[in-house]
Amino acid sequence: MEFQLPEYNLRMMLPEIFLFLWALVVFLFDLLSKRRSESAVGYLTLLGLLICGGLLATTGYGRGFGNMFFSEPMALFFKIIFLGSAFMAVGSSFGIIKQKIVNHRGEYFGLILLSTVGMMFLASSQELLSLWIGLELTTIPLFILAAFFKDDKLSVEAGIKYFVFGAFSSALLLYGFSFLYGMSGTTEIVAMKMNLAALFIANGSLGVVPLVAMVMIIAGLGFKLSLPPFHQWAPDVYEGSPTPIAAFLSVGSKAAGLVAFAKIFVNGLWAFWGAEMAPNDWGYLTGILACAAMIYGNVVAIRQTNIKRMLAYSSIAQAGYIMIGMVAVNEWGLEAVAFYVFAYLFANMGAFAIVAIVEDKTGSCQIGTYRGLSQSSPGLAACMAVFLLSLAGIPPLAGFLAKYKVFAAAISLAGQSQDYTWLYWLAGVGLLTTVFALYYYVNIIKQMYFSAEESPYRIKPNAPAVAVVAIGLIGVVLFGIYAEPILQFVKDIPAAAGVIPR
Amino acid sequence: MQALEPGIVFWILAVVILVSGFLVVTLRNMFHCALCLILCLFAVAGIYVLLEAEFLAAAQVLIYVGAVAILIVFTVMLTSDLASESLIQHNENGTIAFVVCALFAIGVPYLIKNTGVWMPAKGELISDNVGSIGKYLMTDFMLPFELVSVLLLAALIGAIVLARKERS
Repeated sequence: MEFQLPEYNLRMMLPEIFLFLWALVVFLFDLLSKRRSESAVGYLTLLGLLICGGLLATTGYGRGFGNMFFSEPMALFFKIIFLGSAFMAVGSSFGIIKQKIVNHRGEYFGLILLSTVGMMFLASSQELLSLWIGLELTTIPLFILAAFFKDDKLSVEAGIKYFVFGAFSSALLLYGFSFLYGMSGTTEIVAMKMNLAALFIANGSLGVVPLVAMVMIIAGLGFKLSLPPFHQWAPDVYEGSPTPIAAFLSVGSKAAGLVAFAKIFVNGLWAFWGAEMAPNDWGYLTGILACAAMIYGNVVAIRQTNIKRMLAYSSIAQAGYIMIGMVAVNEWGLEAVAFYVFAYLFANMGAFAIVAIVEDKTGSCQIGTYRGLSQSSPGLAACMAVFLLSLAGIPPLAGFLAKYKVFAAAISLAGQSQDYTWLYWLAGVGLLTTVFALYYYVNIIKQMYFSAEESPYRIKPNAPAVAVVAIGLIGVVLFGIYAEPILQFVKDIPAAAGVIPR
Repeated sequence: MQALEPGIVFWILAVVILVSGFLVVTLRNMFHCALCLILCLFAVAGIYVLLEAEFLAAAQVLIYVGAVAILIVFTVMLTSDLASESLIQHNENGTIAFVVCALFAIGVPYLIKNTGVWMPAKGELISDNVGSIGKYLMTDFMLPFELVSVLLLAALIGAIVLARKERS
């Protein structure tokens, strides 16, 4: 039997390998220090993430393992987002590792790192098998992290719910992939596209199998992105899991789902076979889901009294806005998606960090806890207000620019092509629901600032949490006013991902 | 390879699968259900052998019969009230579940049979499929193969964290 080994080019995946090894170091450090590592293990994790970021910056573009591992602008950009969200999640965990997690600090941080490794591999894969395994490596540590407070009923419930939904959605996704593999005889996305196109030319049609596969893949990824009607797990899981993990789920895991979606749909299988060959079915379907997400998420968020549940519904709605950019498959679409996720990273992680700080002090996540916060801890209240306003999309914050870019991409495509006039409706729904969103975001600001009673809590956050809030604040404000470097970077993404301007 | 003609072995296996599968969801003793499940999964492995997919058959026996089913049996035996209690195996969602499953059971074979647009396999059918799967795992698919071990590590650590009894 002859063997031909692919060119490994291990240098390309140095950041991933490093992060994996660092996770082992973190596990062992906690073990060898006889579980008395306190916050040292947290700082160790932060250090690892920083070094990994540095390695990422020096790696450059290329490929490894034959066609298995690609380092290209989209992968790089999203890897920065994954590392950023992991960094901010770890940074806001120092409160709970002092109070609640006493025995398994190393495992807690190590599993966050392993999940991040999964996301990074996912972002670099151009092949369905490694993409799927990357997605599993992302979610399986998160099942455990969601249930990390073993004595807390809500946390265990969150873990089980997330596990059942996650396993089911992975199975659906894999089933969809298997149909595609059966049709095309390959798992590589680009080769699959070519093979399907060849089949189409030979037979005149592809039958319904691609449609069935598409529905299954959208359903499977819809669970990960919590798009209605696949969103039911999100509020319960966010409410029950440790707050930093909820934050990581809402940004890191969601961004991972988005990368997978972009790889499969936007620059993948259903893209650009020409108008007669690729009816934009996935676009319609995703558009409907995005619409449902924006309307449902924003309307239900208004009625929430628990701030984590409110942020969960808000993140459902945010996923809807992001999907508008995904559906707008012109040269601005993917760019807008990437920038949106970037802005969302700072605002959402920042908001969750403050929720974690308040929860550490008060033990409560009720919105009522925030009453009068502006008098007792003015700095915290001001930061929270900025994050919420950015999530709502108020200029001059980064959230505004992100929403603007997404809507602009949709509207410009609707103007360019007859087939896409329905994008006007999508953008219209988006603009309209932004108004609902403003209501519940501003409600919290109202509680903090315009309440007669003074908050009984004087909150002194720990240093890493302050750093996380500061990073969020700088990101939200700086990239709202001066986003030029990021915009330059995201400009490369669509072209490198194979999106042809139309 | 000659055209596949469903022979007597196929029919025996099919009947075993259907009957034992039906018993899994109807019997009132959990332990009996588990045993029927093992039988059902074994028969599925037999189908794989018939299709000359030896690797799949071996994996089916190892993973489903060897690991999953045994785990279920252990769970039933170690959970004190489960083994003796008689089960009620239906609830208000039964009808809708039946409809969905029936649609699926009819729909998927119909779809596969009527589409007819599949990429033809390149070259000859590989006779030594265990060997070639091994070869691919060590060459082209090395990265996913290695990633799975990271995944298993994460799952292992997670299982220990969740299952461990805490000393305070």
